[in-house]
Amino acid sequence: MFQQLLYRLRARLVDHIDGPLLTIALALMAFGLATVYSATYDANNRALSQLLNMCVGLAAMWAVAQLPPQKLMRFAVPLYAIGVVLLVLVYIVGVKVNGARRWLPLGFTRIQPAEILKIAMPLMLAWYFHKNEAALRARHYLIACLLLLVPIALIARQPDLGTAILVGAAGFYVIFFAGLPWKVIVSMILACAGAAPFVWTVLHDYQRKRILTLIDPTTDPLGAGYHIIQSTIAIGSGGGFGKGWLEGTQTHLEFIPERHTDFIFAVFSEEHGLLGNSILVFLYLLLIARGLMITANASTLFARVLGGSITLTFFTYAFVNMGMVSGILPVVGVPLPFMSYGGTALVTLFLGLGILMSIHSHRMLVKK
Amino acid sequence: MPIHDSPLNTQDSDLDRFRFRIAFAASAVVLAFAILIGRFVYLQVVQRDYYTTRAEDNRISLVPITPNRGVILDRNGTIMARNYSAFTLEITPSKVDNLDATIDALAKVIEVLPKDRRRFRKLLEESKSFESLPIRTRLSDEEVARFAVNRYRFPGIEVKARLFRQYPLGAVASHALGYINRINKADLDTIEDNEQEANYKGTDHIGKTGLEQKYEFQLHGETGYEEVEIDAGGRAVRSLSRTAPVSGNNLTLTLDARLQEMTEKAFGDRRGALVAIEPSTGGILALVSTPTFDPNLFVDGIRSEDWDQLNNSPDRPMVNRALNGAYPPGSTFKPFMALAALEIGKRTANQTIFDPGFFNFGGHTFRDDKKGGHGVVDMYKSIVQSCDTYYYMLANDMGIDNIARFMASVGLGQFTGVDIEGESKGVLPSPEWKKAHFKRPEQQKWFAGETISIGIGQGYNAYTPIQMAQAIATIANDGVMYRPHLVNYITDSKTGEKTLIETQPLRTLPWKPQNIEFIKKAMIGVNKEGTGARAFAGAEYESGGKTGTAQLFSLKGADYRGGKLKQELRDHALFIAFAPADHPKIALAVLVENGGFGAQSAAPIARMVIDYYLLGKQPKGPAQDDATAPDEEE
Repeated sequence: MFQQLLYRLRARLVDHIDGPLLTIALALMAFGLATVYSATYDANNRALSQLLNMCVGLAAMWAVAQLPPQKLMRFAVPLYAIGVVLLVLVYIVGVKVNGARRWLPLGFTRIQPAEILKIAMPLMLAWYFHKNEAALRARHYLIACLLLLVPIALIARQPDLGTAILVGAAGFYVIFFAGLPWKVIVSMILACAGAAPFVWTVLHDYQRKRILTLIDPTTDPLGAGYHIIQSTIAIGSGGGFGKGWLEGTQTHLEFIPERHTDFIFAVFSEEHGLLGNSILVFLYLLLIARGLMITANASTLFARVLGGSITLTFFTYAFVNMGMVSGILPVVGVPLPFMSYGGTALVTLFLGLGILMSIHSHRMLVKK
Repeated sequence: MPIHDSPLNTQDSDLDRFRFRIAFAASAVVLAFAILIGRFVYLQVVQRDYYTTRAEDNRISLVPITPNRGVILDRNGTIMARNYSAFTLEITPSKVDNLDATIDALAKVIEVLPKDRRRFRKLLEESKSFESLPIRTRLSDEEVARFAVNRYRFPGIEVKARLFRQYPLGAVASHALGYINRINKADLDTIEDNEQEANYKGTDHIGKTGLEQKYEFQLHGETGYEEVEIDAGGRAVRSLSRTAPVSGNNLTLTLDARLQEMTEKAFGDRRGALVAIEPSTGGILALVSTPTFDPNLFVDGIRSEDWDQLNNSPDRPMVNRALNGAYPPGSTFKPFMALAALEIGKRTANQTIFDPGFFNFGGHTFRDDKKGGHGVVDMYKSIVQSCDTYYYMLANDMGIDNIARFMASVGLGQFTGVDIEGESKGVLPSPEWKKAHFKRPEQQKWFAGETISIGIGQGYNAYTPIQMAQAIATIANDGVMYRPHLVNYITDSKTGEKTLIETQPLRTLPWKPQNIEFIKKAMIGVNKEGTGARAFAGAEYESGGKTGTAQLFSLKGADYRGGKLKQELRDHALFIAFAPADHPKIALAVLVENGGFGAQSAAPIARMVIDYYLLGKQPKGPAQDDATAPDEEE
């Protein structure tokens, strides 16, 4: 009797959890924790509080994994609506921090509504395409684009280029997997290229500066270029096998800015070298591969486009972050998934994992 | 599966299309990650060394450790310049927001006098803002402790242990030693020219004049380095390694500090110069220029009132008269004229002339100092009694070119090459010199009449005391001529090896021994029975000498009585001497500005110096003017 109870409890705990995804995520988190420890142990160690964040994230993942995709669908519209409303509120009454209006004061704390859109956006679009699955027309794609562009415009205006890119990417991946014709995609790319000069005039000065310093960081070695220069020095000096955990001089002598958050990859790379980088990239590749596998086997359009979008969002996080820290992409505020310190981002990522697990574990039910 | 079932068919093709897109996305992901890995390989393998160097440059700062400056010793080992360690309170202006307010606050903790503030201001104007500059020097232990307690209130202000230069003898030999002071822009160029930039990181003082300047790169030493790990904020985290500095080399001088000090005292408050040389080596025993100054004033930045006083004084204490004062030699020129005449063959020692008290040439009368003349004069008498007419005639017979050629050979009007920068050349008159010196053609011509007064050391003649000393030392040393020098040897601080500065004579003049002997004999006669006899009365040694008076003021035809003239209009007194006569150990030239006749004020100083050097006799106070000393005419 007791035995059975225990068995049922275990089944209840493990039932909807995907072993491979969890293993890969745990491996990444282990690296992340060690690196956060290294980046912050000199003063104000954040490893413990990051561990706590991870626990919260894991719980959130577990909870979402229990929900079948059909139930998830119900959250799509309200979540999206709340997100957009809050974004509008931010635009009106948001708190300005470091020149960007991203936060909404709630009295006791403040929140960053854009974060909600990272999940709400793909959910909403997936729901929209799923609803209109039977007869997808050009107008559906147009409406989807509109649903995508309104919040992105609000986020970009804050300005928060990093989040805008992530939300935009998540939405675009949904539209892409929903079958947006290739010729439209190609012409969009061409249009973007054509619009680039116009976008340039709309960008904020600091954003332009970032792009310019990306092209040549040495033009502003003490200002905007400083981050990129110091992080590439950290990566390069890591060499093949790194300087060893806790031994990175760029890290511990505080040459790397934001070293436990957005630039944590520089810390990792300095201490573990090309070998560590390769393992890390390989883990991300595994994570994405598993995500795409789950997506490919998903049984509904909703599950497919949502799973594909979430998986590719992981990729976007990883690629944009490592790309900017190693100096091939502009510096935008994108964390390294499961590595960077920060509760909100971590929870968002775990929610994504939970959704993937839900898609995976509930596909049979739907098919039956 | 029924192929014609259209809805299912659509679904299948949708799924295929979707899976193709998944595959496409997967390829894109792999490609993107491949680009990243490529970037990592480039940074971490290809460019690894470059970035490793950059990282090391980031974290390692080389902190220079300044070496001990070499010590300067006199010939007997007396310390003339050394270093001592003291605490200074230094401000780095770039790290301080409001300098005045900070100094005001600081003054409540540690005494900061107005002169300290003024000096700090002066240094501030001359320096870069990231250098740390002393606001107070020589802190007492109590002051250091008091500041340490309050240190947290004064970011950008530090107590530093610094080495200071000290000249323990004070003003003695200041013109020879020179002084050090903070490095300025011109000094930086010198450092660059000598490719010493790296070695001067951390050094903020440099030799400005005298030996301190001339031997700067010997005295400085090699700067050591401490490798310090710093963080991004520039704070030192820990020391990684240390390369000890190598102290500068020590200089041992030919100078005798006691002789120097005694000589300076002998001058009293007279302005003048004395250069005493060891004839057999060319080593300078004393190099005096009075008034002197205290080089210690310069060491940690001279106060402006001191600087003004030194520079505005009518006595011009900063001028090194021994090297930069050019004076007509007056009658001290005569022994050289006589030797030239013997060597060229224009006169023999026994040839006589008749001196009626004047010499007419080209409608102009050149007077002898002695009214009525010296009568029958041979060469010996011409030197002992300093007969002008003899030399008017001789100059006329020899001609300016012969005179100039001979005088150049004994170094008159030539750079001596003494080891102090900036000596003057003086004027050796010749038609060529006149041509080069004057601009207007009518001034450029040499008149035969001008040669006449050249013969008695007047006219355009102008030589520095050190040139005169070198010339008399050359006669004393039988024509073997040395470059006068102050440093005997340099001791390498690492190996202890001693390097002699001057081992070879400059040149040996081809003078006939009997000619030199004769000139020496005549100069001995000067001190026995001639113009120097009163000054050298009762000397326990035999010496040679010659008095001289450089005319500043010409009372045409009128009787000249120096004592009745204003002091600054009186003539310069000169005396050259060597002793002991048979084997000279010292040769010297003395000049007393506005001292009147040579026998009156210059010869008594020479007597004191030689008495002291040969016999160890301490004089009682400064030399006294011999008011009743014989005029040249006697």
